[in-house]
Amino acid sequence: MRRPSPRLLLACVLFILLALAPILTIFVGNDYPLIVLTRVLILAMAAVSLDLILGYGGMVSLGHAAFLGLGAYAVGIMTTEGVTSGLVQWPLAILLTALVALVIGALSLRTRGVYFILVTLAFAQMIYFVSVGLDAYGGEDGLVVPTRSRFSVLDLSDRTSFYFLCLVLLFAAIAFVAHLARTRFGLVLRGAAMNERRMRALGFPVYRYRLAAFVIAGALCGLAGILLANHSEFVSPSIMNWGRSADLIIMVVLGGIGSAVGPLLGAMVFMLAEETLSHLTTYWQLIFGPLILIFVRFARSGLIGLFPERSGDG
Amino acid sequence: MADLPLLSVKRLLKRFGGLIATDHVDIDVGAGETHALIGPNGAGKTTFIAQIQGELSPDAGAIIFSGRDIAREAAWRRAQQGLARSFQITSVFLQFTALTNVILAVQAQAGHSFRIRRAAVDEPALVEPAQAALAAIGLGDRAHVRAVALSHGEQRQLELAMALAMRPKLLLLDEPMAGMGRQDTARMTEILRKLKTQYSMLLVEHDMSAVEALADRVSVLVAGRVVATGSFAQIRADAHVRAAYLGEKHR
Repeated sequence: MRRPSPRLLLACVLFILLALAPILTIFVGNDYPLIVLTRVLILAMAAVSLDLILGYGGMVSLGHAAFLGLGAYAVGIMTTEGVTSGLVQWPLAILLTALVALVIGALSLRTRGVYFILVTLAFAQMIYFVSVGLDAYGGEDGLVVPTRSRFSVLDLSDRTSFYFLCLVLLFAAIAFVAHLARTRFGLVLRGAAMNERRMRALGFPVYRYRLAAFVIAGALCGLAGILLANHSEFVSPSIMNWGRSADLIIMVVLGGIGSAVGPLLGAMVFMLAEETLSHLTTYWQLIFGPLILIFVRFARSGLIGLFPERSGDG
Repeated sequence: MADLPLLSVKRLLKRFGGLIATDHVDIDVGAGETHALIGPNGAGKTTFIAQIQGELSPDAGAIIFSGRDIAREAAWRRAQQGLARSFQITSVFLQFTALTNVILAVQAQAGHSFRIRRAAVDEPALVEPAQAALAAIGLGDRAHVRAVALSHGEQRQLELAMALAMRPKLLLLDEPMAGMGRQDTARMTEILRKLKTQYSMLLVEHDMSAVEALADRVSVLVAGRVVATGSFAQIRADAHVRAAYLGEKHR
């Protein structure tokens, strides 16, 4: 019997703490902490999906929030059009994000480095402006989502149930990404990030593996978008503002790239900073920015660096 | 068809601007043969190897491998057909363990890698051949060390282990002894001497005692041209070669 790794323990502790968090609402007397925490979980899921391509795959996408927006808008538009069943909405929304990720990935993965960053950003901006132009669905002002997705077994309008759904889905996503990284597919993805030239010499067509990872990450982020639309009961272009894509990168880097559970830590710290610092000043990022710089300077492996990996690649 | 060479390079040409790096080179490697490619620095040996492997594409000429012209094929396809290159400047996955490095090499030859059911390190079909390749090269007890923590000599061995794990038809070894001390060089020569009975090799090497010990035939590349091909003894006696290497002009 091997001892569990510090990171697995960390994931378990986080899960338990987050599962106990709804008790907070009893002491506080209102739902506010739960609402904030639900948002943390959803953005953490988006960050985890980004970590698959950024951390493991070495693909710095500056357009990841587009998939968040696509998932959210898919739900918003379908609800507006009277399609409220989650069993219809969710698969369709995920399929849509996956397809768009396939197209964006197929084109942008032909570029490298800074060009990849710019091409992903450009695609995300295109989708952003499409959403701004959707006059039938609120355009720039956004769109109220009148009802949450309907499931026969679960009432999403109950805040606590919805919180637990997000919690379970987030940890499923973390477990999925952590597992994926260890499989043949994951080794190819990580190997291509470390030494692409060697991968080709070994006989790997790296493009198609990267593309597959890009699509998986997009679909997973689309799921986060679905949750976000249900959570806010409102969708607007600002969901996929390019600044949001940058926030996701910060969460991943802050938490620790290529660690699956790190982005959750990153998202928690990021949102905590946003909550507390934005009470002090509107220009909270003026404080947060330098803090990140200092942090990255002294802890390059992110918060997850505090929890060492077991040796080996298992 | 039994006497058809495994690799037959015909009139290979590569230009970089005004420089002709590979000047109509013809080289054959027979099945089971170890063919050494020697020449002064800058002669274009690595450029030549890179064109065979597929990292660089030639401007003209043919590369017939196992009866097919592969000169226009992608590097990864050539690797899957049995061409394995070890790099002059060590090119491994530094953050992976030695074992995972070799697992990737095994995996590359084991069908597609869209497999996500199990962790690769838990697949005996990958781990066992990888362990065997490490053991064959004398790295068996270093399997769980990250490549970045291996010594230079060990990293060179890992390079070779990865090439072997691809189960290649032809090994393209670009200075396997590069940067090694005398002792490591002798050890690597010994390893290659054992491998030579099982593999066909195109070997770029500067160490003449290694070339003498290993090569069935030697070709000399000078300024992108093959100036001589023959046995080691013939090459040693060749006036052109002496001129190229030792500057003995107009003897």
